[in-house]
Amino acid sequence: MALITDNLPLIFAALMAVSILAYVILDGYDLGVGMLMAQGNRAERDRMISTIGPFWDANETWLVLGIGLLLVAFPAAHGLILTELYLPVALMLLGLTLRGVAFEFRVKAQTRYQGAWDWAFVGGSLLTALTQGYMLGRYIMGFQPGFWPEIFAIAAGFGLAASYAFVGSTWLLAKTEGPLQARAVGWAQATLLLTLVSMLAVSIATPLVSPRIFERWFSFPNIIGLLPIPIMTGAFFLALWVFLKRMPRADHSLDIVPFLGAMALFTLGFLGLAYSFYPYIVPERLTITAAASAPESLWIILLGAVFVLPFIAGYTAFSYYVFRGKARDLRYD
Amino acid sequence: MDPILLARIQFGANISFHILFPTITIALGWVLLFIKLRFNATKDDAWMNAYRFLVKVFALSFALGVVSGITMSFQFGTNWPGFMERVGNIAGPLLAYEVLTAFFLEATFLGIMLFGFRRVPNWVHTMATFLVAFGTTMSAFWILVLNSWMHTPAGFELRDGVAHATDWWAIIFNPSMPYRLAHMLLASGLTCAFLIAGLSAWRWLRGDQGRDVAIALRLGVTLGAVLIPVQILVGDLHGLNTLEHQPAKVAAMEGNWETRGNVPLVLFAIPNERERRNDYAIEIPNGASLILKHDPAGVVPGLNEFKGQHPPVAPVFYAFRIMVGMGMAMLAISWLGSFYLWRRGALPKLVLWGLVAMTFSGWIATLAGWYVTEIGRQPWLVTGVLTTAQAASAVPAAMIGTTLAMYLAIYAVLLVAYVSVLFHLAKKGGNPPAAPAPAPMRLQPAE
Ligand code: HDD
Ligand code: HEM
Ligand code: HEM
Repeated sequence: MALITDNLPLIFAALMAVSILAYVILDGYDLGVGMLMAQGNRAERDRMISTIGPFWDANETWLVLGIGLLLVAFPAAHGLILTELYLPVALMLLGLTLRGVAFEFRVKAQTRYQGAWDWAFVGGSLLTALTQGYMLGRYIMGFQPGFWPEIFAIAAGFGLAASYAFVGSTWLLAKTEGPLQARAVGWAQATLLLTLVSMLAVSIATPLVSPRIFERWFSFPNIIGLLPIPIMTGAFFLALWVFLKRMPRADHSLDIVPFLGAMALFTLGFLGLAYSFYPYIVPERLTITAAASAPESLWIILLGAVFVLPFIAGYTAFSYYVFRGKARDLRYD
Repeated sequence: MDPILLARIQFGANISFHILFPTITIALGWVLLFIKLRFNATKDDAWMNAYRFLVKVFALSFALGVVSGITMSFQFGTNWPGFMERVGNIAGPLLAYEVLTAFFLEATFLGIMLFGFRRVPNWVHTMATFLVAFGTTMSAFWILVLNSWMHTPAGFELRDGVAHATDWWAIIFNPSMPYRLAHMLLASGLTCAFLIAGLSAWRWLRGDQGRDVAIALRLGVTLGAVLIPVQILVGDLHGLNTLEHQPAKVAAMEGNWETRGNVPLVLFAIPNERERRNDYAIEIPNGASLILKHDPAGVVPGLNEFKGQHPPVAPVFYAFRIMVGMGMAMLAISWLGSFYLWRRGALPKLVLWGLVAMTFSGWIATLAGWYVTEIGRQPWLVTGVLTTAQAASAVPAAMIGTTLAMYLAIYAVLLVAYVSVLFHLAKKGGNPPAAPAPAPMRLQPAE
């Protein structure tokens, strides 16, 4: 008990990290599909939407959980971060709103408005991805003001958008067939390269801005223990590239592989970032322990979470099982 | 402009927008379950067609509820950081339980409920519908626990100005929670009843007189007629509870400036805060004493006891009359409608048009009711513990102003789009598209 109480801040930081990672991968693919819709014709757009229809709402809930845990467990950090990011947060909410409602309006509105809602869907997805990447960039830079940090953050915006488009394309590979799947292969190849560039840029920039992070990665013997992260990341990139060259395949049983690879890439990148910033929750300003709230309340939440999370995992798996295989038309009956 | 005022307007605007959609979905989920069960029992296609139409309304409302809810969850922290600092130990777990026990449940099973009809056995689909309805109700439960705790805090102690939980049972079942929860759930039922009745009446008037429309029309009118007397009763009990815990709010609702006996019920007036009296009052003698104290001579505390500590009177006073007025209008039309349905089995044109006019009466009453509640608790954010000003954030006014303008613009567009699409859907009706339904598909494509 005492062991848990002492480590509550760490446990909550881990829970938060898990829900943010889950969000980035899960909403990442549906935001990615949303951006890629700009490329499709009406029929293709319908098909693309049908791959994410049953899932996007639950995917987005991970963001609510992540931000909720930040608010609940680390109120001081929450205040700092959200005050720094007030405007991009507002823009992101605008993007999420447009995307979420366009999903419904694009099929239910009067025919003459449906095209406009499709564009709201694309624009909302893009805006969400860009602002999230921008916020990530600002966070990595420790919210430093100035020209170059700003440029870095904007570049990070495009980088994250490209990465989302990449998971989105691998999702389409798994959930579609025929000509659309063939197009998705092309999208996946292009965005894989962009994702590689973005991850490299972040890996180079982070140790450069922070001597502390440089120290953490490049001092001996840390560097030996950490080497697997970049090596595995590189190996996954290569393997994905080679695999994508052989897509689409006649045998559809391996269509899910690129998506799993994308998940692995995201996880590795996330681990790298988490390692860089630990033990800080606001880079160079506030540590996890300093930001945490009262233990009694964290206990109550932990109990609830330990009890409920297995159920959430269970019915989420059930829902993916129900909608397994290639996507079909979305019908209410 | 004062950043606190702007932050308040922003929060008020966002939550007013948000509440519109849960108010519909909380009850509509149960209505859909009911219709589904009727269909399962009767195998009558009219029920299924009614379901098809309403499920679209549900999906659309749910999406709007979700996106505005996500905005809310950010605004809590951005606009009121002081709130979490001071009472986060209590608000935090309640909000976390809402996410864990309600949001994931409803969001996940929504997918199966909407798109899984051909993918899962019928009973699983019925179960999914139940879980979605249950999830929305759980959302309402947790958020109303928090809101009620802010009105009537209990089960905590202050250490260095920070609230620490001592008794979770007392926190959850705080004194105003049962009343507020019951009143809100009924409000949701009524909003939904009049929405269904209004849209169906409109379809009927346009000549779309299928049995599914008749079923929905009857369902809406009957549901309204059954719930409204209960709502009036619960509203009265809620008021008595408020009198006990937040007497200043009730004094503002009644426009009662002085503590005295034989207080009249003010039907209408223009509250004059400078002179501290009502102008042009139309009153029923002894009415308020009778309602609040069950005694025509009963002494009711007035605003004079809370000078400088009571909410602004006019908005609370007017909003209360709008809510109660809507309640009376609902009573009149739903009982009239039920009478016709019972005696003649059909509704006269005038009643049908009345129902169309009342389509969104639930929204108006709900918003008005919340304004009474929320403005009526000023200057407190958490009664006796934390004032609104103490909780405000340090974000500059210009930034709040800019984002506020953005939110208002998008909400205006979405509201217009929502209402027009509802009527557009009603025009198209719930009937299945001309193309025959595809046969259940293979799981794996054959190559
Ligand atoms: C369809 C909606 C609806 C209708 C017809 C009514 N109400 Fe209501 N009322 C609400 C919807 C609502 C609400 C939006 O749900 C509120 C806001 C907070 C709450 O718990 O319920 C509310 C609040 C509210 C309060 C404030 C409680 C407080 O803040 O402490 C009182 C005293 C009443 N109501 C009383 C009534 C009475 C006497 C009604 C008789 C006609 C009535 N309401 C009809
Ligand atoms: C049930 C959950 C709710 C919670 C936790 C909540 C909480 C709050 C908070 C923190 C404020 C800001 C402080 C203040 O200005 O007083 C506020 C104000 C306000 N809320 Fe709520 N609220 C809830 C429901 C609602 C609903 C459903 C509505 C409207 C439909 C509403 C309308 C308002 C308005 C108009 C204000 C501004 C009051 C004023 O500043 O004078 N609230 N509420
Ligand atoms: C400060 C107040 C509030 C916050 C922070 C908040 C937050 C949220 C969030 C994040 C969602 C989306 C959940 C999802 O992803 O599925 C949501 C939906 C919902 N909220 Fe709120 N909410 C607030 C006030 C209210 C109030 C006052 C009610 C009703 C009494 C309410 C009832 C619901 C319901 C039933 C849903 C389910 C989705 C829907 O039907 O639209 N919430 N809320």
